[in-house]
Amino acid sequence: MTVESTAARTPRRSASTKSTAGKRTTARKGTGAAPGTDPQLVQLLTPEGERVKNAEYDKYVAAITPEELRGLYRDMVLTRRFDAEATALQRQGELGLWASLLGQEAAQIGSGRALRDDDYVFPTYREHGVAWCRGVDPTNLLGMFRGVNNGGWDPNGNNFHLYTIVIGSQTLHATGYAMGIAKDGADSAVIAYFGDGASSQGDVAESFTFSAVYNAPVVFFCQNNQWAISEPTEKQTRVPLYQRAQGFGFPGVRVDGNDVLACLAVTKWALERARLGEGPTLVEAYTYRMGAHTTSDDPSRYRGDEERLAWEAKDPILRLRRHLEASNHADEAFFAELETESETLGRRVREAVRAMPDPDHFAIFENVYADGHALVDEERAQFAAYQASFADGQGD
Amino acid sequence: MAAEKMALAKAINESLRRALESDPKVLVMGEDVGKLGGVFRVTDGLQKDFGESRVIDTPLAESGIVGTAIGLALRGYRPVVEIQFDGFVFPAYDQIVTQLAKMHARSLGKVKMPVVVRIPYGGGIGAVEHHSESPEALFAHVAGLKIVSPSNASDAYWMMQQAIQSDDPVIFFEPKRRYWDKGEVNPEAIPGPLHTARVVREGTDLTLAAYGPMVKTCLEVAGAAAEEGRNLEVLDLRSVSPIDFDAIQASVEKTRRLVVVHEAPVFFGSGAEIAARITERCFYHLEAPVLRVGGYHAPYPPARLEEEYLPGLDRVLDAVDRALAY
Ligand SMILES: Cc1ncc(C[n+]2csc(CCOP(=O)(O)OP(=O)(O)O)c2C)c(N)n1
Repeated sequence: MTVESTAARTPRRSASTKSTAGKRTTARKGTGAAPGTDPQLVQLLTPEGERVKNAEYDKYVAAITPEELRGLYRDMVLTRRFDAEATALQRQGELGLWASLLGQEAAQIGSGRALRDDDYVFPTYREHGVAWCRGVDPTNLLGMFRGVNNGGWDPNGNNFHLYTIVIGSQTLHATGYAMGIAKDGADSAVIAYFGDGASSQGDVAESFTFSAVYNAPVVFFCQNNQWAISEPTEKQTRVPLYQRAQGFGFPGVRVDGNDVLACLAVTKWALERARLGEGPTLVEAYTYRMGAHTTSDDPSRYRGDEERLAWEAKDPILRLRRHLEASNHADEAFFAELETESETLGRRVREAVRAMPDPDHFAIFENVYADGHALVDEERAQFAAYQASFADGQGD
Repeated sequence: MAAEKMALAKAINESLRRALESDPKVLVMGEDVGKLGGVFRVTDGLQKDFGESRVIDTPLAESGIVGTAIGLALRGYRPVVEIQFDGFVFPAYDQIVTQLAKMHARSLGKVKMPVVVRIPYGGGIGAVEHHSESPEALFAHVAGLKIVSPSNASDAYWMMQQAIQSDDPVIFFEPKRRYWDKGEVNPEAIPGPLHTARVVREGTDLTLAAYGPMVKTCLEVAGAAAEEGRNLEVLDLRSVSPIDFDAIQASVEKTRRLVVVHEAPVFFGSGAEIAARITERCFYHLEAPVLRVGGYHAPYPPARLEEEYLPGLDRVLDAVDRALAY
């Protein structure tokens, strides 16, 4: 048996981060860069909750009120609570699968709250926080994970498209939708979410090409959570993802994805560009998937605990809490009230899932075509006759 | 390795291991095939033992995976690529259909394409959408591709060996819901040809023809029918392109009735092809029209409806009754 190992020749995480992310600073160590130490990382709140100045992006959050800050905090807490409840429901067998957003709350709430109602969102399958910002009832998200439908909401109801499981596909839909907005002469914008892994798909590259060529008002919001199931980001790219935009002819920026203020500011900037007819932007939210890829995944096979611990210290929720407390923008009563609200949400989600009925059998044949189809009609009739044969006691 | 009972997934793992050991040109490529060992653990431990240059975690790009496998094959390698789930093969469909399938013919036979595309396929595991599809007919329609699907551990082991040794591209559909079914694997045995069907249960009253995940279902059907005094023959086709029509014909000439069972939609499916050819070949032997049992002309439904959608015992038995009623 010839056993060949090239591990030594393959760039490791830290090595490639170093070679591609510019200057290495002393505070950066181990896997993944520590936010706050990367000169290319837009950050407005340090992990300790201190507000840092940023000449370029401060203006996008300059007018933010304490109430709005508390609102962002509330969004993140409730989203995390919803997510935890869904994970628990999966463990109890109520959901077939769950893709947790744990750790990505700031990236999703920050970007989600930057949007206007008339903007349009194209998510992947993990954007529960963005859905929350769009006013999609969180229980609606659970249907496909419970296996009662393959989508489950009207995308036009909240300008929040259906979850897309095939990696990267939706970035093209987003681009096309944005092209439509431009043709209509409207000033709405589109935001497309995708992961660091998805950035390798041809569809994503093609969406970059189309959006640049047609100057489409689309913001590509890549949540680089460091992992694509078991593959670290350096299995997808040798340059920091945000830099990719340059080659397509539009700007890219890396934002601290655990900093809700920075995500809000940078997304507002990118949306403003889109509205002004300046075309697409790539935002790379540098964050971390704290949990497993999905409930089917076992991260212990490919990553150690130290990495997670390092990122826990940069927890997006904790960070804003520290800021709120230090600036006296929130008191104990606020946090206590939120805790109660969070409990209520958890209960509501639990009850809603348990009450979710199995779909009617004939749903198989519903909406296969908008205009109908003779074959579907025929098969539905056969199916009905077959079902009836059981009811009559003739089937067995 | 002595003869051993093992799960179907493990049998593929052992087969890949053997291929990697015996031929330095064999490569395993795909998403998460390395450290994780694939989402189904089919490639478990291979990267540890053969290194990252033989067992390659690829970027998340199916077109890229198949496209580069074509290039590697042009350079003399024998890539075995994994598509993580059936529904994710379509980004690679262009490369498979327009390039992989046609390279040999276009080069006037000068170029060989020994690429194996492994696809865990089919339903019955309660997954979300795009994780349960049976797209074999979409590939079978394309000349230049060979398509096989094992139904048990031994075939999984041996058919994988043969697929890797084949100089033609082979789409290797792995019945994911049978991954955990155990069977005897004898690595010393001499396997039959890759594209021959096998009678897995002899019978006289009717032939059930199936492949991959539905073979087990058909054996259960035959067991249930036996209790009602029906003696069904079960044929494991093993290969969808080419199809062993001689074996089906031989069986149908004996039983005079044929029901084809697959998970994929019936409309324009492999059952349609079998029905047409067998009707032509066995017109005067048939006592009943060839019947098909499979999926509906509808998107693969959400998990809570898949039992209705997939051919199960009752639906196949119903078809058996109908065929026998002629
Ligand atoms: C075309 C396609 N290939 C493979 C998969 C299987 N798959 C689902 S999620 C995933 C990893 C995605 O990683 P990333 O894009 O970084 O997003 P994340 O899940 O980390 O948010 C893979 C390989 C898929 N859904 N679609």
